[in-house]
Amino acid sequence: MKTILKLTLIAAFVLSSAYAHAAETLNGAGATFPFPVYSAWAYEYNKITGVQLNYQSIGSGGGVRQVTERTVDFGASDDPSRPEQVQKDGLLQFPAVIGGVVPVVNLESVQPGQLKLDPESLCGIFLGDIKYWDDAKVKKMNPDVKLPHNEITVVYRSDGSGTTAIYTNYLSETCPAWKEKAGAGKAVKFPAGIGGKGNEGVANYVKRTANSIGYVEFAYAKQNKLNFTQLKNSAGNFVAPGFESFEDAAASGDFDAKKDFCLWLTNAPGKGAWPIAGATFILLAKEKTDVNRNVVKFFDWAFKNGDAKAKELVYVPLPASLKDKIRAYWKAKGIY
Amino acid sequence: MPLQYKKNPVDFIFSATTAAASFSVIIFIIGILYVLVTESSLAIGKFGIVNFLTSTDWDPVKESFGALTNIYGTVITTFLSLLIAIPVALGIAIFVTEIAPNFLKGPIGAAIELLAAIPSIIYGMWGLFTLSPIMSKYVEPFLKEITAGVPFVNVLFQGTPMGIDILTASVILSIMIVPFTASISRDSFNLTPAIVKESAYAIGATKWEVIKNVVIPYSKLGVFGGIVLSLGRAIGETMAVAFVLGNNHKIATSLLDAAATITVTLANEFAEADKDIYLSSLFYLALVLFVMSFITLAIAKFFLIKAEKKYSR
Repeated sequence: MKTILKLTLIAAFVLSSAYAHAAETLNGAGATFPFPVYSAWAYEYNKITGVQLNYQSIGSGGGVRQVTERTVDFGASDDPSRPEQVQKDGLLQFPAVIGGVVPVVNLESVQPGQLKLDPESLCGIFLGDIKYWDDAKVKKMNPDVKLPHNEITVVYRSDGSGTTAIYTNYLSETCPAWKEKAGAGKAVKFPAGIGGKGNEGVANYVKRTANSIGYVEFAYAKQNKLNFTQLKNSAGNFVAPGFESFEDAAASGDFDAKKDFCLWLTNAPGKGAWPIAGATFILLAKEKTDVNRNVVKFFDWAFKNGDAKAKELVYVPLPASLKDKIRAYWKAKGIY
Repeated sequence: MPLQYKKNPVDFIFSATTAAASFSVIIFIIGILYVLVTESSLAIGKFGIVNFLTSTDWDPVKESFGALTNIYGTVITTFLSLLIAIPVALGIAIFVTEIAPNFLKGPIGAAIELLAAIPSIIYGMWGLFTLSPIMSKYVEPFLKEITAGVPFVNVLFQGTPMGIDILTASVILSIMIVPFTASISRDSFNLTPAIVKESAYAIGATKWEVIKNVVIPYSKLGVFGGIVLSLGRAIGETMAVAFVLGNNHKIATSLLDAAATITVTLANEFAEADKDIYLSSLFYLALVLFVMSFITLAIAKFFLIKAEKKYSR
């Protein structure tokens, strides 16, 4: 009899605690780009607090739509929503992590990181105006590099993506011809080249096609050991992609809490800033105060403890000053 | 009337259940059509029907959408893949039913059916990592070389062989659809009464003559049905094509150029379509595909019924 009682008590305890755990679930949906880091953070956070994070990487557009329709606890988007839009949909917005997009090339005679490009030549190549690698505009910046007289194959993302949004935003900002002919967005009508599906598609096409150029998320360039280029930033310096240059971009970007942090990090003014960086954002439904407190608790924990993990996965953590700004923003909205 | 079984309630329940199952198909189709039309009404209003179908523009930034490049890609990859797959599938079916020794029939038949069970994403990744390098290194340069001097044909093989193009996509599609035509053709070949074949052999016909004059005419309808099934699969295939087509919204004259199909465009752009007109245009594109498949299948069915009547006479 005693054992039965014991077993019942244990069963009741297990069931009730399982129920309590199941109740603490945060549902999020959106951008695919930060998915690896969010799930790594969620894994650690779950071990400490028991809170489950259920994040569906369905794409930035989907993330915005889902949170606007209030079907998830938070949405995620690589494409910052304008303050008016945030206001209109009754949302809150703050950045979570920073990443960079890098142009990658497949050129036999060129060492990794050796090729230098400025916005004009990069734009010319992607517009299809610069057709050969030994074009005078490219040669001018690379007097020491042996450039072949081979036709350039441009590779772009065929699926709608935040990576494309950041990249085309950069081209539009630095090159009027691009703005006029193609413009910026998650899906863009590219004037030249072929489209690869996903970062892995672009990485694979570039890796395999001689004399090609494409653009991928920095992590993919690193993992696939692709030959990335240096770029001339708005301060006029040639910089290579890397944590320092991304951090420099993040630090020189003026994130404004009054504008719900809406900011593109492309062409940032910092001296050593990598020009094609971007933050990925979290969107919350304004009126769900209790849920928001839990979401914010998770990101606060991640801001305090998640930097090493983020770096390991080749994301750039937010600068400390920006984290403080975000905490102040949370406090002002009464969710921290 | 099948629903008027009054004596036995089990019969009534049985016929009612099957009738409900059949009508659910019609309800689903009408439901899908309804959703597609309502969701795409915004784009239909903005671009019209003729304009949308004939415009080659697909520019999400300028919010200008047209379906022609997608329709073109869908039609050409479907046509090419059928062109490659049908002879192979018929060859397989004939070999398995008429020529292969008994111990080979089972394994080959099973292998064909296994081919149909492979998920399309796996065909896509295999195409991207394995087939496409082979195509760009060996097959396409070879085709380019042998057609170089031939007028009109050489237009089909212009450009750089990259392995990410209409030709590679069609080859993958053809591998995917072979099992459908092959196994249905095999089944209908098997339906040829043995006595008819034996009579032909008895009057001195060779194996080739029996297959040509007895087996194939006898099972024409079944073979045709198998081809229609393949056609349906090829029109709607998405993931396998998405990885090797290059996804370029252009009317390409060369088979070595990248193109885009309706399904690939839908899969690529649906998740990130943030503007209403963009989303609506994607639904419009889906509606176009729906109507396209409906028309092709209706035409096929029409011929099938006509042929059936001719044979039953």
